Amino acid sequence: MYTFSSKLKTLSFVLMAVGILGIGYGFLTAPKDIQDVEKLLAAESHGSHGEAKHETSGVSDETHVATADHTEVTEGEKMVEGTAAGSPSVDSSKVVEQIQAEPVHAEVIVKKEGHHELSAEEEHTEHLNHVLHQLQNKPWSAFYVACIFFMLVSLGVLVFYAIQQVAQAGWSPVLFRVMQGITAYLPVGSVIFFIFLLLSGFHLNHLFIWLDPEVVATDKLIANKAGYLNFPFWIIRAAIFLIGWNLYRYYSRKNCLAQDEANDNLNYKKNFKLSAMFLVFFIVSESIMSWDWIMSIDPHWFSTLFGWYVFASFFVSSITTIALVTLYLKAKGVLEHVNTSHIHDLAKFMFGFSIFWTYLWFSQYMLIWYANIPEEVTYYITRIELYNLPFFGAVVMNFVFPLLILINTDFKRITWVLVMAGVVILGGHYIDFFNMIMPGTVGDRWFIGISEIASVLFFLGLFIYVVFTAMTKVPLLAKRNPFIEESKHFHY
Amino acid sequence: MSNKVIYAIYNDDDILMDAVKKTRAAHHHIEEVFTPFPVHGLDKAMGIAPTRLAICAFLYGCVGISVATAMMNYIMIQDWPQDIGGKPSFSYIENMPAFVPIMFELTVFFAAHLMVITFYMRSKLWPFKEAENPDVRTTDDHFLMEVAVNDNEEELISFFQSTGAVEVKVIDKH
Repeated sequence: MYTFSSKLKTLSFVLMAVGILGIGYGFLTAPKDIQDVEKLLAAESHGSHGEAKHETSGVSDETHVATADHTEVTEGEKMVEGTAAGSPSVDSSKVVEQIQAEPVHAEVIVKKEGHHELSAEEEHTEHLNHVLHQLQNKPWSAFYVACIFFMLVSLGVLVFYAIQQVAQAGWSPVLFRVMQGITAYLPVGSVIFFIFLLLSGFHLNHLFIWLDPEVVATDKLIANKAGYLNFPFWIIRAAIFLIGWNLYRYYSRKNCLAQDEANDNLNYKKNFKLSAMFLVFFIVSESIMSWDWIMSIDPHWFSTLFGWYVFASFFVSSITTIALVTLYLKAKGVLEHVNTSHIHDLAKFMFGFSIFWTYLWFSQYMLIWYANIPEEVTYYITRIELYNLPFFGAVVMNFVFPLLILINTDFKRITWVLVMAGVVILGGHYIDFFNMIMPGTVGDRWFIGISEIASVLFFLGLFIYVVFTAMTKVPLLAKRNPFIEESKHFHY
Repeated sequence: MSNKVIYAIYNDDDILMDAVKKTRAAHHHIEEVFTPFPVHGLDKAMGIAPTRLAICAFLYGCVGISVATAMMNYIMIQDWPQDIGGKPSFSYIENMPAFVPIMFELTVFFAAHLMVITFYMRSKLWPFKEAENPDVRTTDDHFLMEVAVNDNEEELISFFQSTGAVEVKVIDKH
């Protein structure tokens, strides 16, 4: 039996405490009204990167849709749609002409046209309002990114475990209890996440702009999607998915524990069937989940392989987490049957799924880059112009680094190499989620500061606490699993 | 005398593995083992050094990606630049996403083909080569261990019979 070392427990409490303080600080220091923002911007413009930055954001950032002026190019007709508060007197025929001539720059042109008609003061207020919303979103977004990331990591571990069950894998049963321990975070993470979604639904934050009836009223693209993107349907889907995943976790763990004391393989067979059904449910729900919780943050944009992309990102993080937790427990001496071949196999999965993530990352990027359709490329233009470092940094951390370091067979067995690679991969995929969520919520106001780091620390502390507490409850060897002997003697 | 070898023939891979381990423990020199299918862990039991084919594969992959880059740069940028989909081919780096699939494919192509060719050369295999296996049954259901004899013929014969060999032969190799 494993006992939760007091050092680790203290660490988890410290992380949570620091996290809560940082999160609180983030919320308290967020600007309350446009006066605050004005002061902030004035202070900034004295700095090195003042006005120029805001100008670029004014024309290229798609998140402007969230606030004042709703200027859009519809998919089919390249036609200018309703301009709400921002630009009441645009000469639309002229704009249409210009757009037809140069569709790529449609949004830019419309914005410029609109701005000519506005007085400087109005424009300024509008900009302040916009920045205010972004800054108010920032602590929420930081919390959301960390919250969804850790929840999906434990979900990914659950999926990995289910795959092992369905594949009747012979190598992995000695790791089953480690995986089950990590999935213990899923119920906790799900509850926090669901509460967050409810708060969004009650307009405490503005991460999902389509939840705002004013936005829907003035935005035809979002209005067209209202049959799917509306609060009741969205929250019901979320409830079904979260409950479904948690039910599988509960019953699968129960069967696995019952198998320890059983005389036959009935519980094992039950788990096999349950896991197969879960995987079907999962792959459907995962895709929808990724649209609901991540893609809908940029509600005008869509990508058909987004579900796979999100899956690849959290799945490789999950396998990395299994490897790191296994290495830790192995170092503590409580996993006597885990040998270097098991570690080697996990490292191979880390390597393989890092490549898989890159494949999907690039597939999504290349198609949109090549087709160059305005409403699609805005997604990448925002990221490359405003998020250049995290956008390409994620590729380096998630692809180049694991590729170079994990390609070597011997390195896949060396603990410190794996820990280093694992930390970089987890960091890289956090940044990947950051890149998916932040541009649509805070735009160019992003910064990995106190809010972001504190949110990660809080969830990391909670994760460590929940996971390692769960590990102390049951023996770390599924001793009556039919493949346990093969797994103990697994030799690569 | 120095060319004499013993052929110990087995009919089960587990017995063979045990025999190989015993032979190694008794410090007899195993020249070669012939099996009808790959036996897992046999290379380690025989004490053969780990393969360096993986290093070759990595280097071949590097060659592949370099060839692809040079080739696409010449074809699409230098020799005949075209404007495809509003993306004029003036610079390799700006058009790089379009060339990534080709770079990837040629990396795999070079690594795979050159690795196979290297493997054949290292194994001294080429078309129309005379088969080297000493007993045709090793292509069917028997396993053969070839061990060098150094004036200890009688001792070796009894040793291999004790390891579960179904047949032990002494052959004068030319």
